[in-house]
Amino acid sequence: MKILVAIKRVQDYNIKVRPKSDGSDVDLEGVKMGVNPFDENAIEEAIRLKEEGFASEIVGVSIGSSLSQDVLRQSLAMGVDRVILVEAEEVLQPLAVAKVLKKVVEKEKPDLILLGKLALDSDAGQTGQMLAGLLNCSQATFASSIEIKDGEVFITREVDGGTESIVTKTPTVLTADLRLNEPRFVKLPNLMMARKKPIETIKVDDLGVDVSSRLNTISVSEPLPRKEGIKVKDVKELLQKLNDIEGLKI
Amino acid sequence: MNAVGSAQIWNGSIDILIVGEGIDEAAIHASKLDGVDKILKFDAPHLNHSLAEDVANIIFKIGKEYNVIIAPHTWFSRNILPRAAALLDVSMISDVLEINEDNIYIRSTYAGNVHAKLKSDDPIQVLTVHSSKFNAVGLNGNAKIIDSKVPEALNLSRWEKEKKIESDRPPLINAKVVISGGRSLGSAEQFNEVLTPLADKLEAAIGATRAAVDAGYAPNEIQVGQTGVVVAPDLYIAIGVSGANQHIYGMKDSRVVVAINNDPDATIFKFADYGLVADLFEAVPEMATLVSKT
Ligand SMILES: Cc1cc2nc3c(=O)[nH]c(=O)nc-3n(C[C@H](O)[C@H](O)[C@H](O)COP(=O)(O)OP(=O)(O)OC[C@H]3O[C@@H](n4cnc5c(N)ncnc54)[C@H](O)[C@@H]3O)c2cc1C
Repeated sequence: MKILVAIKRVQDYNIKVRPKSDGSDVDLEGVKMGVNPFDENAIEEAIRLKEEGFASEIVGVSIGSSLSQDVLRQSLAMGVDRVILVEAEEVLQPLAVAKVLKKVVEKEKPDLILLGKLALDSDAGQTGQMLAGLLNCSQATFASSIEIKDGEVFITREVDGGTESIVTKTPTVLTADLRLNEPRFVKLPNLMMARKKPIETIKVDDLGVDVSSRLNTISVSEPLPRKEGIKVKDVKELLQKLNDIEGLKI
Repeated sequence: MNAVGSAQIWNGSIDILIVGEGIDEAAIHASKLDGVDKILKFDAPHLNHSLAEDVANIIFKIGKEYNVIIAPHTWFSRNILPRAAALLDVSMISDVLEINEDNIYIRSTYAGNVHAKLKSDDPIQVLTVHSSKFNAVGLNGNAKIIDSKVPEALNLSRWEKEKKIESDRPPLINAKVVISGGRSLGSAEQFNEVLTPLADKLEAAIGATRAAVDAGYAPNEIQVGQTGVVVAPDLYIAIGVSGANQHIYGMKDSRVVVAINNDPDATIFKFADYGLVADLFEAVPEMATLVSKT
């Protein structure tokens, strides 16, 4: 089996991103960036499937500016075999990303296409499902376990109030939940080696897909904070406030 | 019900799509929702488990006749709707907090730290809405139920089994009171021993932080936050929870927030209406004793 993993470069999860003072966009100046955590789970799963003998080759792909080379190198250091950067100066929206990935899938013909279930920046969680729709192939989102038996893919996935298990036919698009696995730490020598590996670069304009934005950001703002609360001295005072001020009758 | 409420902003006629097997009762229930014209019922054995490929295909088949397609921001819709949007060649707006005229929306991004205002140029608006931000409609309607012709099964995937959490407690999503525990509970036994008596008294649902879930103290399904469930109860009690971004995202719309934490500088206090600096192992049992509601 061949696996394609999609990798996005996003802000570090510990960082609280703020709008620019003019509200035109978010301020990412100097913000630490890295592999989207859910994509790290996708990469890890691909590598495990290869280690278990189910996969023969793992190809990583990222869409973004030349800065996205660093997340691709990170994936090489983890154990991805080969990487592709689709260079785009503009930030693409999920539908455009799905259209670009479809082109890459048509060229690479993977059996499994792994993505993170959402990206920490836009919080949309759409790309995998959109790609599966465009490819008219099966999908399993929010996966917490992936197993391969007799050429079929068995997935446990999150549903409202529990989990379900489904079986998909290949080619199939899977999106990773954080629970899928614990991504490995990258060893420094591996990172050094990854620096020397080539990155195949394609210009997004050369793919001939419509990547125009359909959603235009008018402004961004910080949500109104909750009104400042008070500290209570003990449980009695807490209950008294909840009853008398909030009318909670407890 | 809240999704129907949000749809009223467009002032158009509203239909409801119901997909499944043996769904007469659900269709009758939906037909009572105020302001709804038609219930489109797609009833077939292969739709029993609402596989994404088949449901998205139905939305694709009927979607071109609509200007707007809305669903609540649940795992169910988040699985299906993006696929349907791509088939219709339109973008999708996830987790909408506010709908304005001219297809202008406010949605949350960056784990709720940034609100983006955006305008969609697409011919069909496809969106999921943050339910607690919209009013639910009443149940005095009388919509027509239409049995629709179901497209053939695509057979791209098949359903095997499911595991739903069994509990006498109210489901997390619509509980009036939620009490959540963090890593500091220390073990699965203590998580239950400390939280259950208070939850029983308050008829509350129990939630957990990701750290508590990862440590095996609580099941996945009750994780509150960006990667878990988003709740907005009347009362949310955070017990030994530090207040990480990703957790706040899942509870900040609660009406009243209480935090119990032994660190006076814990971030959670910034989001709490009432903060109690105390050892949870003492404060929570005391609270369970003193609460009068039974
Ligand atoms: C991509 C991503 C997604 C995530 N999604 C989620 C999510 O959906 N939901 C979520 O919750 N987290 C999520 N997290 C994890 C999140 O960043 C935090 O790590 C987590 O919420 C912390 O959980 P906690 O508050 O239980 O633990 P800690 O941060 O360890 O906090 C423990 C708290 O307990 C207090 N405490 C200790 N002992 C006592 C005592 N005896 N009495 C009273 N208080 C005590 C401490 O003062 C501290 O504030 C996510 C992380 C990532 C990277």
